[in-house]
Amino acid sequence: MITINNYVKVKSLEEAFELNQKKANRIVGGMMWLRMSKGRMQTAIDLSELGLDTIEETEEEFKIGCMCTLRRLELHEGLNRYFNQAVKDSVRHIVGTQFRNQATVGGSIFGRFGFSDVLTCLLVLDTYVELYKGGIVPLCEFVNMERDSDILVRLIIKKDGRKAVYLSERMSSTDFPILACAVAVKKGTAYISLGARPMKAELFVSGERVTEENAEVIAAKAAKAVSFSSNMRGSAEYREHLAKVLAKRGLLTLLKGACR
Amino acid sequence: MEIQFVLNGKKTSADAAPGAMLYGLLREKGCYSVKCGCETTNCGLCTVWVDGVPTLSCAMPVARVEGREVTTMEGLQKEAEEFGSFLAAEGAEQCGFCSPGFIMNVLAMVRELDNPSEDEIKEYLSGNLCRCTGYMGQLRAIQKYMKMKKEGV
Repeated sequence: MITINNYVKVKSLEEAFELNQKKANRIVGGMMWLRMSKGRMQTAIDLSELGLDTIEETEEEFKIGCMCTLRRLELHEGLNRYFNQAVKDSVRHIVGTQFRNQATVGGSIFGRFGFSDVLTCLLVLDTYVELYKGGIVPLCEFVNMERDSDILVRLIIKKDGRKAVYLSERMSSTDFPILACAVAVKKGTAYISLGARPMKAELFVSGERVTEENAEVIAAKAAKAVSFSSNMRGSAEYREHLAKVLAKRGLLTLLKGACR
Repeated sequence: MEIQFVLNGKKTSADAAPGAMLYGLLREKGCYSVKCGCETTNCGLCTVWVDGVPTLSCAMPVARVEGREVTTMEGLQKEAEEFGSFLAAEGAEQCGFCSPGFIMNVLAMVRELDNPSEDEIKEYLSGNLCRCTGYMGQLRAIQKYMKMKKEGV
């Protein structure tokens, strides 16, 4: 368990940023995984009093504060109506209701965890990360950026007309996924994100127009574009097989309009 | 670190270490229904309500409950006893260790969900682990309890 020497509820992002320049200090999100890490933290930087725990919906986009809990994502009507419950489906199997009442979307995304369902899902949407100093960066770029001392302030998801579906395979409900897969389609272009391979999610974008006939081929291409590894939850071969199956299933769900 | 909060309806103050979690503080305050079962933020046994929202007290920094309302099973004795009698009537418990956290989450669920289906009940409670049973007795108890609440029988 981590030891915390000092706990500061910051009054501004500037204060948080200044504190965060010291390596021994850390920003805490929901404190779910961080608490279980080893070592000592000089100052825990708490953003909970900056009003960043809400989801704001406008005509063009959803703006989600970094301290918004996974449970709020799950219950937000507008977000789940627009994306056919894909966001809800990506978080509903994470540990339990209480956990999701505390875990934050900022923590999930900033951590760029391999097991992250949330990252896998948001990668197939037109999602941006708003950084305090770094400005607005597409999530697909942020995911490969090196961890630095900037602050993830908000996530922005554009309402660009894409429809999405989220699928995962788990040994049992509430466990980490063996494989996570999100699929979106917009104007014939397929977006396929594969996470928990067990490495962090990567996005594949199809160059050709996706149809019911070539969905299997495109799913196989997406699986071929990323690498898979083995761990206690599954072998690389099994994950690759799951990736093809889930990506194809997701594409067909969207193309047949069978989504909710 | 000096903090003030409301514990089971009473104004409470506490002096806690900067990185202290709510779980330890509640035990110090005599709320022995709150227990730690897993140490990995998974089992749901340490569930309390913070402003009415079911929360894992093991992962809730004490600093974050400043000015907020914390409810443990000690603050819901009557209701807990009522639901507990349904658990007992179904023979749902074996060792009973997981019950306080489970009851806290059930009581939160009946406030939050309106007429939930069996799947919705299971999903809401999936973060409460019981290692003795197969959850069937608990499920029967919940359904009968909800029926009684709705119909008064």
